[in-house]
Amino acid sequence: MEILSGLMHGFSVALQPMNLLWCFVGVVLGTVIGVMPGLGPPATIAMLLPLTFLMNPAAAMIMLAGIYYGAKYGGSTTSILLNVPGESASVATCLDGYQMARNGRAGAALGIAAIASFIAGTFGVLMLMLIAPPLAKMSLAFSSPEYFALMALGLAMVVLLGGDSMVKALLATLVGLWLAGIGTDLFSQTSRFTFDRMELLSGIDFVVVAIGVFAIGEVLANMHERGGMPAIAVPKGLRNLLPTMQDMRDSRFAFANGSLVGFFIGVLPGAGSTIASFISYGIEKAVSRHPEKFGQGVIEGVAAPEGANNAETGGALIPMLTLGIPGSSTTAVLLAALVLWGFKPGPLFIPENPAMFWGLVASMYIGNVMLLILNLPLVPLFAQVLRAPTYVLYPLILGISVVGVYTTSSSLFDVWLLAGFGLAGYLMRKLDFPSAPLILGVVLGGAMERALRQSLMMSDGSLSILVARPVSAVMLSLALLILMVPLFGKFNAWRLKALK
Amino acid sequence: MRAPSADFWSGLALGGLGAYIIVTASGWEYLGQDGPGPGFFPLWYGIAMSALSLWLVISSLKTQSKIDWSDAPRALATWGAFAAMCAAFKWIGFLPAFALLTFFIVAVMYRRPLVVAATVSVALAAGFYVLFPLALGVKLP
Repeated sequence: MEILSGLMHGFSVALQPMNLLWCFVGVVLGTVIGVMPGLGPPATIAMLLPLTFLMNPAAAMIMLAGIYYGAKYGGSTTSILLNVPGESASVATCLDGYQMARNGRAGAALGIAAIASFIAGTFGVLMLMLIAPPLAKMSLAFSSPEYFALMALGLAMVVLLGGDSMVKALLATLVGLWLAGIGTDLFSQTSRFTFDRMELLSGIDFVVVAIGVFAIGEVLANMHERGGMPAIAVPKGLRNLLPTMQDMRDSRFAFANGSLVGFFIGVLPGAGSTIASFISYGIEKAVSRHPEKFGQGVIEGVAAPEGANNAETGGALIPMLTLGIPGSSTTAVLLAALVLWGFKPGPLFIPENPAMFWGLVASMYIGNVMLLILNLPLVPLFAQVLRAPTYVLYPLILGISVVGVYTTSSSLFDVWLLAGFGLAGYLMRKLDFPSAPLILGVVLGGAMERALRQSLMMSDGSLSILVARPVSAVMLSLALLILMVPLFGKFNAWRLKALK
Repeated sequence: MRAPSADFWSGLALGGLGAYIIVTASGWEYLGQDGPGPGFFPLWYGIAMSALSLWLVISSLKTQSKIDWSDAPRALATWGAFAAMCAAFKWIGFLPAFALLTFFIVAVMYRRPLVVAATVSVALAAGFYVLFPLALGVKLP
């Protein structure tokens, strides 16, 4: 009953004309970003974040979330037409989607991708709506030791799946923690790592790091791309984009598989939609009556991964909203957005901000419908984005990045920091250091240190408090086990296989 | 003798950062009467960073990782132009500096005709002016 009344309240927020407009802007922008190889949702959301300070926070959150799940819809277009995934989450879609397009079934592949995305995306929102409020209530019992352990577990998961080398992922996390520690220590008013610069006394803004590493780093890493890629033509007319009844029958299990796998993988920090889509593709192939046809253009091979990467969004928002723990780069940026607008994601977020939470949930239902309607007839239009010359796109991204950072702080020092983090982002890509652990380290660093110090204050300086409480002991043991995975050959081989 | 790999140099750089964190954090209170001091947390991640960097350096000596740096000149030239644009804000303001950066990227990095480069740079700068200061009331650098 509580959920139903919450949802009604949410629809009254989401259906306000301005919120509907921002939802539409978000999903269209997300689709375009998804179509475009290279520029991903974290970079786009980070770039636009400073501009949202001019907006109502609920409308801004609706738009930013629209970009997040809209990109998942758009990512399939390039996978199917070009064999180039617009998003890493759409890599699995290439396997059968592109083959279907080559076999003259591009329309059916695009159509089933949109339908699977809609079904699984809606399932993800439904589960978010059902699970988030009770989970938030449960986590009210958490105290500082449990929070510290939870954040340590979240970071360990991200490190586990951050890249081939866990040492590099851990180092990136530690650099993130260090960046988060720059500025004035709130407990003792000591200036830490400020290099005697006044500008650093209040710390480094998360926006500067995120835009630098994601947006500027992305542009620098893709400077060799010339753009204007040739793609397989999209069939004209809605009828040619609709899958046949047989296609729908063949995809029934894939819809359910993608929805469930995507959602549950999404809840786990660090796993993300790429892994979700590959796992659901693997399950689909394993249970199929004709596994030998996978990779040659079977429709289930498109429906399962596309469903999974959309259901993941709803799952990923649960720990972010109810515990304040993001599990991916995009949710880290969304978490930072909430904090910058003055909200405190965590157990009290839903009861204290019902309009924001339920408005977001309702907008995601509406956004998924918008995306289905947009993606079927307008795929040819979105495919035109591939023709956009990169020499126009890249200066645009660089310009928006600078304006975004300057809007946040009105400081040219921050613009210089942006340039520095941009170069760091490029070098991280080249040297194979994952950026997600760095960003999560920056986002969680302050809260993690606070939780640890509060825990030790509760125990008069004894670290035993972290293992004396059962919940934190279990979570810390899990974190430790996760970090020891490279020592176990078989588990490490699984990890590397999952990453590949 | 083999030249040290990129992992060796990045491990060395991060090891240096770890050492700096340890040395600096050692100067702050570690554990006081009210609980852990400002040096407590940094000291531990500094130690972890140094240890992991050492691991990276040692493992880089055993295995050779190949990195394709062929795109680096383009990336670094673009970054240099971007940094020059940031430096130019103080003197010529955002819009002219941004137009110059765009011109550089289009004409030099992408070898498009000068007319195209000039048109794109003027159009983008004009678009920024219309969108940010005029429509949104956002102050440019």
